[in-house]
Amino acid sequence: MLRYVIQRLVGAIPTLFLIIVMCFFMMRIAPGGPFTQERALPPEIEKNVLAAYDLDKPLLQQFIYVDSFVCQQRFAMWQTGQPPDAAALSGRGLQYVRGAFRETGGVQREIKCLGGYFGKLLQGDFGPSFKKKDFSVSELIADGAPVSAILGISAILLATAIGVTFGILAALNQNRLQDYSLMTIAMIGITIPSFVMAPILTLIFGVYMGVLPVATWGGGAFNHLILPVTCLALPQIAVISRLTRGGMIEIMRSNFVRTARAKGLPERLVIGRHALRAALLPLVSYLGPATAALVTGSLVIEQIFQLPGIGKYFVTGAIERDYTLVMGVIILYAGLVIALNLIADVVYGLLDPKVRFD
Amino acid sequence: MAIQDTEEAVLAAEPIKGRSLWQDARRRLFANRAAVTSMVILFIIAALAIVVPNVSPHPYKKDYYDRVACPPPDALNPERGVTQAINWVREGLGYAPAALPLSQAELCPEAVGQGHWFGTDANGRDLFTRTFLGAGVSLMVGLTATIVALFIGVLYGATAGYLGGRVDNYMMRFVDILYALPFIFFVIILMVVFGRNFVLMFVAIGAVEWLTMARIVRGQTLSIRRKEYIEAAEAAGVSNWAIIRRHILPNVVGPVIVFVTLTVPAVILAESFLSFLGLGVQEPWTSWGVLISEGAQQMQSYSWMLIYPALMLSITLFCFNFIGDGLRDALDPKDR
Repeated sequence: MLRYVIQRLVGAIPTLFLIIVMCFFMMRIAPGGPFTQERALPPEIEKNVLAAYDLDKPLLQQFIYVDSFVCQQRFAMWQTGQPPDAAALSGRGLQYVRGAFRETGGVQREIKCLGGYFGKLLQGDFGPSFKKKDFSVSELIADGAPVSAILGISAILLATAIGVTFGILAALNQNRLQDYSLMTIAMIGITIPSFVMAPILTLIFGVYMGVLPVATWGGGAFNHLILPVTCLALPQIAVISRLTRGGMIEIMRSNFVRTARAKGLPERLVIGRHALRAALLPLVSYLGPATAALVTGSLVIEQIFQLPGIGKYFVTGAIERDYTLVMGVIILYAGLVIALNLIADVVYGLLDPKVRFD
Repeated sequence: MAIQDTEEAVLAAEPIKGRSLWQDARRRLFANRAAVTSMVILFIIAALAIVVPNVSPHPYKKDYYDRVACPPPDALNPERGVTQAINWVREGLGYAPAALPLSQAELCPEAVGQGHWFGTDANGRDLFTRTFLGAGVSLMVGLTATIVALFIGVLYGATAGYLGGRVDNYMMRFVDILYALPFIFFVIILMVVFGRNFVLMFVAIGAVEWLTMARIVRGQTLSIRRKEYIEAAEAAGVSNWAIIRRHILPNVVGPVIVFVTLTVPAVILAESFLSFLGLGVQEPWTSWGVLISEGAQQMQSYSWMLIYPALMLSITLFCFNFIGDGLRDALDPKDR
């Protein structure tokens, strides 16, 4: 199984690379730019702004290039063990080399001379945000991600607990009153969009009844979490309960459940030990991507409840052409999707004895 | 003798009519009350969406400056409806009743008796007309985008599943890559590149929704491909494309139909989400998403602006889901 996991992780590298390439060029080729405004900047200023963010270079160089000057200097520095002579250097190259020299407290073998977005990314640098001045993308994500993650994880746990319970109860009473009423309740989640549900719940519980805070993060206090987590969980409850119901109905008709009943197992064990395990398989595949989507935040919920998550960056970043910020959240999202899909597949394999990892 | 008798009897008997899978499915679908009711309701909504904007005495663009944000007749009566329900809850919890909204007679004397059944919006336009104008737009988006998704997804999935091997591997890897991209980013970029065009928005959503369709079709194709009749067709020298078209596609129709009925509501939701972000349909046109996002901003004072479009959207989504469930049960061969 370890082999399988490693294989998948290696396979994920080209996938992630292609995603980065696609997004990068799609963003840059799309008309408009981060500094396109209603009132155009004076040409000289625009030139300087573009140069400061490398936007004046050809597209491919914006993606990756080898800064041969810095390379040379750093290489010389590494060979001699001495910081380069200031007189021989000028401008940005000098600062870059000296900075690196000071930071590492000496000379290291690594030669950090790749430039462009991808070049910096390889060195773990997501770059500065184009629109939120004075913030790097890493800082913005580090600030917002915990908020989104707490909300997302709470929502998915809540949704799984309720959804699976609903699904099992409905399946065991198929086509009876319990089935119809539970499934109708569950369906409310996908028929009322979250941007309707959220204001309604806020109005009822926050304004009219005044029992829950209307908005804001409140440092993650429990009562601040209730409304946003409920709104995030409702659509998931709908999907999860339907998946569980479908899987359960199919499994309860299968031969091994009949065998388990025939040998006289109590119904509780037939369901708990035999049926449930197989019935939850479709759910496992679903939960991977769903968790990735929830954990990376939701614009609507963040906007309505004024939460400092990262969901809004997917939209505002794309609209404002904040290239680096969008790339940052997309890489995060794509990495999560890939990782969670892998986990889902491994769990699937553990639950389903028919799957072999080789 | 006996043999001859039997033969005669067989010849004389009425030929037994076989019931095809489709006849069975139709019979079971029409026996499903929820699905049939849903179809009727959807049909009514679609018919109203076509008729109302054309025949309404209040054109969808017309601003009545003297009737801005007027409630529908009787809707805010404190003796019934939503207001009553809220007050029950409040009283139960020991709070005073909510402040009563202004009576509509004070608010908009002009609007009473003018047939604004759903009230008017913040510009004084008739909400009944606009709700059904939005119904048309939302349903159109749902259908067009679904057709786009259907077309791409079915062709792609069937090709990948039928060709198999390395081609399949690469084709599905591409789908995986697109899956790992956030949907909203993709739509925004497509709309930025191609402009905020009405039709292109449908295509953009469709171009995102085809992925799941492709996966479902591929899975089906993979299992059908091993069947004997495909082997027979291959042996007879039928071309790949002809096999996909003549033998594979007809056999994947079942799950695809079910998925289509579930894609339409997903697309309508996606459109309303885009409209909520301000990326959707532009004025004076409207869609349920636009109406709902406008209504959500005003819901505390002018609840009808949210309630009616949201109610219509929810009813429609319910209907599509019931039809999808009904179709799934009807087409499931194990369920006979």
